[in-house]
Amino acid sequence: MIRLENVTKVFPGGSGPAVHQLSLDVAEGEIVVLVGPSGCGKTTTLKMINRLVEPTSGRITVAGEDIMAIPAHELRRRVGYVIQQIGLFPHRTIAENIATVPRLLGWERTRIDDRVGELIRLVDLEPGMRNRYPRELSGGQRQRAGVARALAADPPVMLMDEPFGAVDPIVRGRLQDELLDLQRRVHKTIVFVTHDIDEAIKLGDRVAILNIGGIVEQYAPPAVILRDPANAFVKAFLGSHRGIKRLSLIPVGEVPLEDGPMVDRSATARDARACMDRYGVDWFGILDGKELVGWAWASDLDGDSLAHIDPKPFEARVSLDASLREALDTIITSRTRVAPVFDGGRFVGTITAEGISRELAK
Amino acid sequence: MIAAPFFRWDWVFDHLGLIWEKVSEHLVLTGIALGVGFVISMALALIGLRFPRTYPPITWLTGVLYTIPSLALFAFLVPITGFTVLSAEIGLVSYTLLILIRNIVAGIQGVDPAVREAALGMGYGSRRLFLEIELPLALPVILAGVRIAAVTTIGLVTITALIGQGGVGFFILQGLNRFFNTEIVLGTALSVILAVAVDLVLVLVERLLTPWTAKRTAAS
Amino acid sequence: MDGQANRGLLMEFLGDLLQWFGENWSGETGWLARTGEHLRVSGAALIAAMAVALPLAGWLGHTGRGGLLAVSVINIGRALPSFGIIALALPFTIWLARSTPLIDSGLGFAPTFIALFLLALPPIFTNTYAGIRGVDADVVEAARGMGITERRLVLDVEMPIASPVILTGIRVTAVQVVATATLGALVGYGGYGRFIVDGLAIQDRLQLVAGAILVAVLSILTEIGFSALERFVVPAGISRRRRADVVPPVAV
Repeated sequence: MIRLENVTKVFPGGSGPAVHQLSLDVAEGEIVVLVGPSGCGKTTTLKMINRLVEPTSGRITVAGEDIMAIPAHELRRRVGYVIQQIGLFPHRTIAENIATVPRLLGWERTRIDDRVGELIRLVDLEPGMRNRYPRELSGGQRQRAGVARALAADPPVMLMDEPFGAVDPIVRGRLQDELLDLQRRVHKTIVFVTHDIDEAIKLGDRVAILNIGGIVEQYAPPAVILRDPANAFVKAFLGSHRGIKRLSLIPVGEVPLEDGPMVDRSATARDARACMDRYGVDWFGILDGKELVGWAWASDLDGDSLAHIDPKPFEARVSLDASLREALDTIITSRTRVAPVFDGGRFVGTITAEGISRELAK
Repeated sequence: MIAAPFFRWDWVFDHLGLIWEKVSEHLVLTGIALGVGFVISMALALIGLRFPRTYPPITWLTGVLYTIPSLALFAFLVPITGFTVLSAEIGLVSYTLLILIRNIVAGIQGVDPAVREAALGMGYGSRRLFLEIELPLALPVILAGVRIAAVTTIGLVTITALIGQGGVGFFILQGLNRFFNTEIVLGTALSVILAVAVDLVLVLVERLLTPWTAKRTAAS
Repeated sequence: MDGQANRGLLMEFLGDLLQWFGENWSGETGWLARTGEHLRVSGAALIAAMAVALPLAGWLGHTGRGGLLAVSVINIGRALPSFGIIALALPFTIWLARSTPLIDSGLGFAPTFIALFLLALPPIFTNTYAGIRGVDADVVEAARGMGITERRLVLDVEMPIASPVILTGIRVTAVQVVATATLGALVGYGGYGRFIVDGLAIQDRLQLVAGAILVAVLSILTEIGFSALERFVVPAGISRRRRADVVPPVAV
């Protein structure tokens, strides 16, 4: 969808090229994150795609068309653009802001109105925000309005330059989730720039790690980069918690689950003790048929049957599509050192720290 | 003269027609000066913004004009253009330039670069960018300049009485010549009232033109 | 048009002007004496206004009181027509001369001085006030933390830091005062205004333009002189950029 071929940018007066012979392919519908230290030319690269910066040499095509053959303003109306400072027009209402590109394209008013309403719902802004001015919104709301504005004319390509850099970490996390959620519905081709490797790993289908001067050190899916960093630079840039970072990329469902020390309600105390011995733990879970009803300590056993035991509910539970990182977090904060896994409401097995560690070692 | 009251209301009531005439004249002189001054300032500001090298000489020149005392400027002009409205306006206009140019340029330059980048990124051309984004956003600063220029010009118009114009300055000059306090007070007071009134009107205009700056219940 | 003839007329006029300056420099009504008069009333009014406005604005700015006053002063200052003020000063000084032994004559110097003094107060006051208010609060707190007295804080810390803004205020005021002093001729004073007012009255183009040249030159010299002074007085560590972009009150 987007192709950069040997693209070089030299700024007049700059000490060297800001971007040097960079080649990159972005497939339709994927999120590619450009990440690197400041001065690596990631923003310059992004801005060359919508010609806010003109490349010195090389070729860039969008949907097969050489961008230099398209008048800059027409190209930009076809490519969504979101920046960190958002740049909402302070003198226009949120609705007017979102309507910017459709208006530039000369859409009819009713069509614009419908589209604005649709987008406000899409990015989860309250309909009452329509006629507010940007200064009346919170940072997160403004950022959503910015995304809505970029999506307004339904451009196949979106360029995002550190869009969540200026909001606090909690809001940032939420906006990232929303972006992924949005992407599942709109399937844009997105080029996303950030200096935050965690954000890159979380959002990118593929991540390009750039070094000073716009040199691509590695371009691969995040899981691959984390597992096999191409060189010392990438390794250093990933930082010291590579294992932990990988965890966030692997869903629980990909790990073989264990049954765990589970016994049926109808079992005897002796069965329960045997089960605990087998797992080397001092607690056991209680099943009622296929349903997990809770757990109890070994010391709760009294007499032969389990009938008198009042099972404690599992407070820690993870779903099948959660990441291993979440599962690990659940495990280490639970008293049982095990997280029961649910598929929807159905208990499907348990996951332990050892299981996770085994998976990573593969 | 000692026995005469300091201010004679009866004189004022006897001359309401003349007062109205002079007030209108004052407003017309001010309005022309501001209008012409604004057009020239906008042109010079655009040149200064487009070609930054020209900006220092533009401010230098208008700064010198601003420094020359108005009476001196009128004195230069009278031998050329006589005791005419033209003489008055050339002087009045030249005093508006520095204030207006400075505020127009400061207003445009003060537009958030992120807003400009976003607009360009969405495909604005330079003319639309200026008319639809930069100019409206610069409006509060520009109008602040217009207010200062308006209030200043209203005061200066009184001096043009010395070259046969003057609006309400006519009363001040005549009062001085006749040692008649009522006219001096009247002329001065009318000038102040006009200045305050015009300033208030411009504040209202600013509110109407820039609704986005109004304080409404802001989220967070 | 006959450009040749026009140029000839202009040259002739310039020649006459030079001759005027050569013939009219000495004596009580010569331009040298008028320069002295012009500078005398301007200097006196400026110094008097500084003596009142600097301490007052310095103290109000230091304590943070009088913010509303500061705003009103600049607005009123701008709305007051200098012509009207100088004209109003005349009946006041005539009354003063007649009913008190304070001044001998209500004409000439007295009304000019009072009007210039009044017109000089607002710009000096507001710039000083704004300058002091603009001093970084951390610097003030640090100074207090070291046990400085309030008086020394104003004099040794706030005033020097605010000096670029204060001096800008004094400069624009000085130019304004020099310009407005021209109007003194309307209330019987001398100075350069004499040439202009008389020139207008008797339709003497030569005198008129000569007076205009003198006032314009003096105004520009005042501007240049005070700019140089600013460069000289402002402490080296303080950027002259800090000079607030205060639009100067208009010269008259």
